[in-house]
Amino acid sequence: MSLASQTIKGLQTLLEKKEIQPKEIIDSVAEAAAVRDGAIGGYLGLDQELAHRDAEEISGGVLAGIPIGIKDLLNVKGQPCGCASKILSNYIAPYDATSIAKLRASGGIPFGRANMDEFAMGSSNENSSIKPVHNPWDLERIPGGSSGGSAAIVAADEAIAALGSDTGGSIRQPAAFCGCVGLKPTYGRVSRFGLTAFASSLDQIGPLTKTVEDAAILLGAISGGDKNDSTCLDESVPDYVADLQGDIKGMKLGMPKEFFGEGIDPAIRASVEEAAKQFESLGAEIVEVSLPHTEQAVAVYYIIATAEASANLARFDGVRYGYRAPDAENLGEQYAKSRAQGFGNEVKLRILLGTYVLSSGYYDAYYLRAQKLRTLIRQDFTSAFETVDAIIGPVSPIAPFKIGENASDPLAMYLADIYTISANLAGICGLSLPCGYMTPSDGQRELPIGLQILGAPFDEGKVLKLGHNFEQSTEWHQRRPSLG
Amino acid sequence: MSEQGPAFDLSYVANLARLELSEEDVAMFEPQLQGILSYMEKLDAIDVSGIEPTAHANPVLNVTRPDEVCPSLPVEEALRNAPKSANDQFVVPKVVE
Repeated sequence: MSLASQTIKGLQTLLEKKEIQPKEIIDSVAEAAAVRDGAIGGYLGLDQELAHRDAEEISGGVLAGIPIGIKDLLNVKGQPCGCASKILSNYIAPYDATSIAKLRASGGIPFGRANMDEFAMGSSNENSSIKPVHNPWDLERIPGGSSGGSAAIVAADEAIAALGSDTGGSIRQPAAFCGCVGLKPTYGRVSRFGLTAFASSLDQIGPLTKTVEDAAILLGAISGGDKNDSTCLDESVPDYVADLQGDIKGMKLGMPKEFFGEGIDPAIRASVEEAAKQFESLGAEIVEVSLPHTEQAVAVYYIIATAEASANLARFDGVRYGYRAPDAENLGEQYAKSRAQGFGNEVKLRILLGTYVLSSGYYDAYYLRAQKLRTLIRQDFTSAFETVDAIIGPVSPIAPFKIGENASDPLAMYLADIYTISANLAGICGLSLPCGYMTPSDGQRELPIGLQILGAPFDEGKVLKLGHNFEQSTEWHQRRPSLG
Repeated sequence: MSEQGPAFDLSYVANLARLELSEEDVAMFEPQLQGILSYMEKLDAIDVSGIEPTAHANPVLNVTRPDEVCPSLPVEEALRNAPKSANDQFVVPKVVE
């Protein structure tokens, strides 16, 4: 087994025994990427020399000597941070994001820029302006998005682990589609400073890993308060790895009836119901819960997220950084032309939608109304968590589709985000991990199915413990895609 | 709001967003936006009277820190990504006559 195929935990042991050097891990990851990434497209760049230099600076820490792939929207000082957009094609990050500084403080090495949907807008990674990402389980299919590169490089053993960001499912859904583990932390658990903002009240940074234990390790490293992000709460960071220990007997898990209705693929439904039985056999109790406003969540999300995006992306005007149109005659033209030539279609669509819902005369009907419905969605979860320890359900109603299949129908793509977006609107945490495999009706190859475990704010420890117990009692996480 | 979705002046919105659109862009975005906005009309069915809006999931108020001078990005680094700069400043097309 190559070093690139290892887990963080496995490498920790080898490094502690001094059987390997950090440089060997970096080289193994680079070699795996050289062999496999041409077909997958998960990386936008890998700076091996820089990683070697970083490896020499390491003094210790829980991630000492372990390279971590970084989604292309997190600032790593001196490295490109292009958000897979043409508008930032020459941008070099002038500082480290707080999550990267914390990663370094734990001895981790940011290595590689992971492909993504442009500015994290998309659920299929087809919106990358550089190149699409291919699902390692079936190269004709999407890996999910927007952290599709982060998920694919982890699943294809081209990375040990990666960081992604989740605004409406962008960590959990690609993790499910690629058969790895993905965690969206509670809003305020991880600092957003240095994360290129999409929707500031929804964005969170989190880990994509091969095991739940690795997710616990990486989450512990990047969590905690930050004076540079006042929305990042100064809550103490528990020992998430220690919290994995012990059984889950007597824990009560809710299955929202709204997550199993119309539109879910029967194979996904069956797999998640089987997972519920597995939890019962581990001593947990399964009950039905209701999240009555699930049906409204997609509309609420795409109003709030695009409204915030239209404001956040106003900063890309060709003045301080990024692409500037060469043919503008005045400042107004420079803005309009730079943005027209620099942004891709999905980003333009969302900016237009967000601008509209915030515009005079429509604000109350759309934005304010959506914010009030956000209150109701949040209350749904608050009530549910009064009776259950966590909520379990599917991550996505559909299996990964073929690249290009839904390209002209944005609304159809948005509707498939139904099970993940509520967690961002409510600010709670959510874990995605493999719970089965299926062969879709239009394909021959096996595709992974994701199980979602949702927890109350700052209940990451409980969610990870549930995930760890499930994972260790099943064999789903041990499967790897067969890559030529 | 009508069956076809709300009245929607795309060129007005594009101007607010400082986004130049070609004729092909308009032909592509207009039906997409109409479809999405029609879908969003389903929210009208829910009574939200008396409900407070939520702007942030875990609201924190009046987060302050001591007003101390700390190091910030040096000027040359802040300008490094600028498409055009001179005399420690960003250069833009002439704004006033």
